[in-house]
Amino acid sequence: MRTPDFKRWSTASTWKEAAYDPGVRAAVFQVLLALAIAFLAYEIVSNTIENLRKQNIASGFGFLAETAGFDISQTPIPYSSKSTYGAAFLVGLANTLIVAVIGIVIATVLGFAIGIARLSPNWLVAKLALSYVELVRNLPLLLQLLVWYVAVLRTLPAPEEALALPGGGFLDVRGLHLPRLALESGGSLLVVVLALALAGAWWLKRQAAIDREAGRRGPTRAQRVGRVLVIAVPAVALAVAFAASSVTYPVLGRFNHEGGFSIEPEFLALVIGLSTYTAAFIAEIVRAGFQGVPRGQREAAAALGLSRRQALRLVILPQSLRIIIPPLTNQYLNLTKNSSLAVAIGYPDLVSVFSGTVLNQTGQAVEVILITMAVYLAISLATAAFMNWFNMRTSWAER
Amino acid sequence: MGQDRTAGQHGRLDGPFARVREALFPTVGQSVASLAALALIALVAYAFLDWAVLRAVFTGSDGSACRVPDAGACWPFITHKIDLFLYGRYPEAELWRVKLTYALALAGLVPLLIPRVPYKLPLALYLLVVFPVIAFILLYGGAFGLPVVGTELWGGLLLTLVIASVGIAASLPLGILLALGRRSDMPFVRWASVAYIELVRGVPLVTVLFMSSVMLPLFLPPEVTIDKLLRALVGVALFSAAYLAEVVRGGLQAIPRGQYEAADALGLGYWRKMGFVVLPQAIRIVIPGLVNSAIALFKDTSLVLIIGLFDLVGIVQQSAQADAQWFSPQTAATGYFFAGAVFWIFCFGMSRYSAAVEHRLEARARG
Repeated sequence: MRTPDFKRWSTASTWKEAAYDPGVRAAVFQVLLALAIAFLAYEIVSNTIENLRKQNIASGFGFLAETAGFDISQTPIPYSSKSTYGAAFLVGLANTLIVAVIGIVIATVLGFAIGIARLSPNWLVAKLALSYVELVRNLPLLLQLLVWYVAVLRTLPAPEEALALPGGGFLDVRGLHLPRLALESGGSLLVVVLALALAGAWWLKRQAAIDREAGRRGPTRAQRVGRVLVIAVPAVALAVAFAASSVTYPVLGRFNHEGGFSIEPEFLALVIGLSTYTAAFIAEIVRAGFQGVPRGQREAAAALGLSRRQALRLVILPQSLRIIIPPLTNQYLNLTKNSSLAVAIGYPDLVSVFSGTVLNQTGQAVEVILITMAVYLAISLATAAFMNWFNMRTSWAER
Repeated sequence: MGQDRTAGQHGRLDGPFARVREALFPTVGQSVASLAALALIALVAYAFLDWAVLRAVFTGSDGSACRVPDAGACWPFITHKIDLFLYGRYPEAELWRVKLTYALALAGLVPLLIPRVPYKLPLALYLLVVFPVIAFILLYGGAFGLPVVGTELWGGLLLTLVIASVGIAASLPLGILLALGRRSDMPFVRWASVAYIELVRGVPLVTVLFMSSVMLPLFLPPEVTIDKLLRALVGVALFSAAYLAEVVRGGLQAIPRGQYEAADALGLGYWRKMGFVVLPQAIRIVIPGLVNSAIALFKDTSLVLIIGLFDLVGIVQQSAQADAQWFSPQTAATGYFFAGAVFWIFCFGMSRYSAAVEHRLEARARG
């Protein structure tokens, strides 16, 4: 990209010459644009201040410390109607992130499965996967969420006639009720042990890779001991934890299933709707990624005697990931942004709690909407930064 | 059966039976997959047929017939409310105006989309400049003796089409400007375009709609009141422009440098260079991307439900939930099926068209 030729300012000796000088024109145009934007911003701010004053709406972020006074149906972090608006914001944010993470995991698994099925040598399987993609992709997400929520989950039987699931779970109009594994104590210790084991495994794998690069063969004694420890310690910890834990099953109480672990229908509908919708787009990305790997790679894998499965895992997938991951990240962002449709089916996500209830109660539209947008923007920009880093790390050396 | 003729794995097979056998049952694993797929297809087809035909209710003047246990689809809900779903509460005596608008739109759109028909530029100008004026006068009225039909009466498919088409028509020029701005030599212009595009693409449409519905009235001088539909349109257009800008930018980047340099060599200024040399080629390349954005926008129009406008999905949802006369367990499902079928036909049609254009462009690129 060229930079404007500001040096030519000096060559313009008369006003007429200056008016036709590209550098001068560029400078004037930019100043005018900046003035126009500044004027627009000034108009907006002054109008808003006047309107707010007329409607007697407070401004500033002080409301975040005031008592909210409303309940939220699903609170992953402690919250009651006596909590502040700030706490309500955090509950909404947590609910958004929970739906996004779970949705992303399910959408990825489903999307890869369908994308691989799209390339199946079996004609029926390939066409079935194609029908799924074409059906889901061409329907509005909002409609799909309403179908899952109103037409499927809300027509399930009442708690008294709940569908019994294998393993002691129940499905009814109030949601999905699963047995809960209650750890007696030391739950946090277990998490620490598992995390340490994971970190150890990762470190051992790296060491092994370094040794392989250096041409050393076979693990050292320390590495052998490490491998045993990495598997044995968490296994023992898990066994002890399970032995000391108890399972509570959901039982039908007076109105609902009590005990156990309940998942609300709003959450279920949102996760199912978001992940099945996004999976259709991921499937197309995966298909394009696999097809983007040159044909010669497939043939070379076959010539080496690799089976179709081996070729897929060892040759095609690693190379296609470079093509797949950038658009895949976009889909993850879309899923996160689309989770804001929760407001239509009453799941208390960020938009529903904050831009909905809090906005209606406080009337502070400007602050509330700006905070909401800033949250999504921060998530998007963080992901974009990660993508740039990833692209730099994995970009293909030009041949 | 024809064992001798199928001898040899790679020999050409004759007859439909042998071909099906090779396609679906070549190995044990494949046969299991095929049978599972067939079973799934049969299951879905049966469940659908059972719901939509066998157990369905076809007649009735209210929901009572649909309230019997185990009833399937409640079709009278659709047939009785079809005008509501298609036009909202638009007065029945004035419906000819909507139909005439549709006909005028098709008269411009169909020849524009068929590649062989000439006069693309006049057709595009008709659709982007002349038609919107006629459509506004026809739909809203207030001139030439047509009574005013307020936008609060517009709804259903009509509202979906109005929002989608105005959104696309308004955001395309804005998107092109933003794309040019992003590739401009002027640092401030580039910076401002990048900021706008990334800001809008980073937030969900729902928040943009909230903003245009709640904050836009605050931004304007107190004496100005702004129509609810217009607020939604502003939000949709501003949102869509950022996405279209990225699509157009892809086209601008794909135009060889030589084209820019040739235009410079001819002594064309910036706007002539872009308008006569670069953009016509760039837009042609990105037609598939533009159509995909149009599909996304078309689907997204249903989000206006959240700010209290009733497009096709919204009005179906509202009638199914709020109309006690038609209440039945399957009313909502039937309504969603109808809305889904309409949306699917539009979106699938557009995606087929986009694929065909892409195919034609590839064929042309290969020469």
